[in-house]
Amino acid sequence: MATVIDNQSQRFYAAIVPPLLSLESLPHRQRATVAEIAWTSLSVPEARRLRELGFDEGVGVEVLHRATLGKGPIACRIGRMTVAIRRAVAGAIHVSPVAG
Amino acid sequence: MNAAPLVALVGNPNAGKSALFNALTGARQKVGNYPGVTVERHSGRLALPDGRPVELVDLPGAYSLEPSSPDERVTRDVVTGTQDGERLPDALVVVVDAANLDNHLRFTLQLIALGLPVVVALNMFDLAERDGLILDPERLARDLGVPVVPTVAVRRRGLDDLKARLGDVLAHGGVKQLRPSDGSVQDDIATLQRRARAIAVAATVSETPTRRWSHMLDAVALHPIAGPILLFALLFVMFQAVFAWSEAPIGWIEAGIAWLSTAVGGALPDGFIRSLFVDGLIAGVGAVVVFLPQILILFTFILVLEASGYMVRAAFLMDRVMAQVGLSGRAFIPLLSSFACAVPGIMATRTIDDEKDRLTTILIAPLMTCSARLPVYTLVIGALIPNTKVLPLIGLQGLVMFGLYVLGIVGAFVAALVLRRTVTKGASSGFMMEMPKYQWPRLGDVLIGLWSRALIFLKRAGTTIAMTVMLLWVLASYPVAPAEQKQSEYSIAGRIASGIEVVVKPIGFNHDIALALLPAMAAREAAVGAIATVYAIDNPDQVAGETKLADRLRGRWSLPTALAFLMWFVFAPQCISTIAVTRRETNGWKWPAFMVGYLFVLAYVAAGATYWAAIGLGL
Repeated sequence: MATVIDNQSQRFYAAIVPPLLSLESLPHRQRATVAEIAWTSLSVPEARRLRELGFDEGVGVEVLHRATLGKGPIACRIGRMTVAIRRAVAGAIHVSPVAG
Repeated sequence: MNAAPLVALVGNPNAGKSALFNALTGARQKVGNYPGVTVERHSGRLALPDGRPVELVDLPGAYSLEPSSPDERVTRDVVTGTQDGERLPDALVVVVDAANLDNHLRFTLQLIALGLPVVVALNMFDLAERDGLILDPERLARDLGVPVVPTVAVRRRGLDDLKARLGDVLAHGGVKQLRPSDGSVQDDIATLQRRARAIAVAATVSETPTRRWSHMLDAVALHPIAGPILLFALLFVMFQAVFAWSEAPIGWIEAGIAWLSTAVGGALPDGFIRSLFVDGLIAGVGAVVVFLPQILILFTFILVLEASGYMVRAAFLMDRVMAQVGLSGRAFIPLLSSFACAVPGIMATRTIDDEKDRLTTILIAPLMTCSARLPVYTLVIGALIPNTKVLPLIGLQGLVMFGLYVLGIVGAFVAALVLRRTVTKGASSGFMMEMPKYQWPRLGDVLIGLWSRALIFLKRAGTTIAMTVMLLWVLASYPVAPAEQKQSEYSIAGRIASGIEVVVKPIGFNHDIALALLPAMAAREAAVGAIATVYAIDNPDQVAGETKLADRLRGRWSLPTALAFLMWFVFAPQCISTIAVTRRETNGWKWPAFMVGYLFVLAYVAAGATYWAAIGLGL
């Protein structure tokens, strides 16, 4: 359901602003770049670890795996690394899909 | 006194640092501890091409100089010369994963900025090439301003070159002066990261995208359905192997002990000394050493799962479940290790960054059925649970054993749930982990790991357990009972046990058990040694042996008593080493005292409930 709504809103906003979606809702295997990270919505150690793992504006990202149907963590490629993060954190990372 | 220069091996986790350390130092390693913290200090010697010796120390993997766990704090303190018990290194070997430069170079830049002489080991160079990545090490060296040596630790490639460069920087470097403030090192991570990426891009000659086989494996290992099935299949095989593969080696050890006890018994004149050695030492320690094969098999699995990179996948799969009780997937790794032994398990919690999360994991780790309980379970189940088939292929004995494992896990989860809502209350911690590439574990690395575990176990059997059983033997042998009385009741130990019996009688424990509980406090498996010693003293004509011991138990214990005893062992915190490591890891007596308290209450209640339920059911 969530993806349907996202797709709709995406289409709606696409005309006005470049489409931004959270890493959490980024389709599986869709290449994207990190557009912005809502650092303030993360705890300080969380934000630091996220930076240390290479999350930064402009870096290529892609969702590789989602654990257990439902609410498990997701595994994503960031730069040349594979990193597991929880969905709540992924929700704070906004990405713009790369065409093609 | 120590003239050899000190070189620290430092780098990101998963850069292949430990493999490089093993390749450089071989078996010439020492494992110690940094004072005040339980972070292990791995050091070893290596000879430079010109013959000069160097002391190499392997520092815990870190992402930056801003520590978020005790492990990473040691790394920072050593490289900044502020770690107690360690001098400032004369040079650093920074290990980076050639296939992951953009990330690993950030930490490298931080380390170079410290001002110590640095050599960069561009490790796992072959894997990067296989991934279609062509790098220019010379360009990288120019941009970083330090020597860069491509290495493949697991194939021992580039090691001579690395040692030669290390010799150069040690000869010329000598910058013992750290840059003015360590604070300046804490440059904004994002800025450093961008610089690192720029350097990585410049050093990359070409990059052909290939579908990495790690991703293909992950498609199965992390699959929402296939993944958990694979994980449970692996765990099942692991526990199955612990029992199935150990049968033969256990037989050999038992035969060896029987031979030893006959030989020693024959060589010594009848009397105090012979009884002390044969009935006390050999019977007691032998009953424990028998379990070495099972412990080693369990550790083999854990070491292989860890070295292959699968363990992090298991943590990923388990995160959802662990989150339910307020923990994160990260806690899965220490808890799985605790099935072998809670001591390394508790030490492995150091990788958990969240303090509350870590404390909870430490407090529940002793509930995982460690290998020291196996001797006790095996003995009691073998003696008192009928060997009948419940279903085809499923025996009652195996089912009871499985039940005890499950009970420990359920107990741990319930305890975590309660603890996270009471004493370790706090915001739920996150789960963020790098997933390393899969790799074949190297036999040598696994063997080095196993060797150190075996040594720890045998040292324990030779010291703690040997001392306890010998002390118990003396206490159980004197004063000598008159003909009509049992030695195990008349002796000093017997009288102490009679005192304990008053407390444990309501939960169905008999005099034998009361007697075994004291030495079991030192180490759980000592309970078996203690029972063996006591029965050996009571019946001096028989040779000590596992089968005989089981026969004797059958005559003296009722089924409800045996079940209560098993239940006690599921929960009771009987292990001096675990309590000691908890004290070290939590910096004080508060948490170990709490742990011992809640586990004893749990054990007493569970054993009592089981006993009376069994009596009520007419078992």
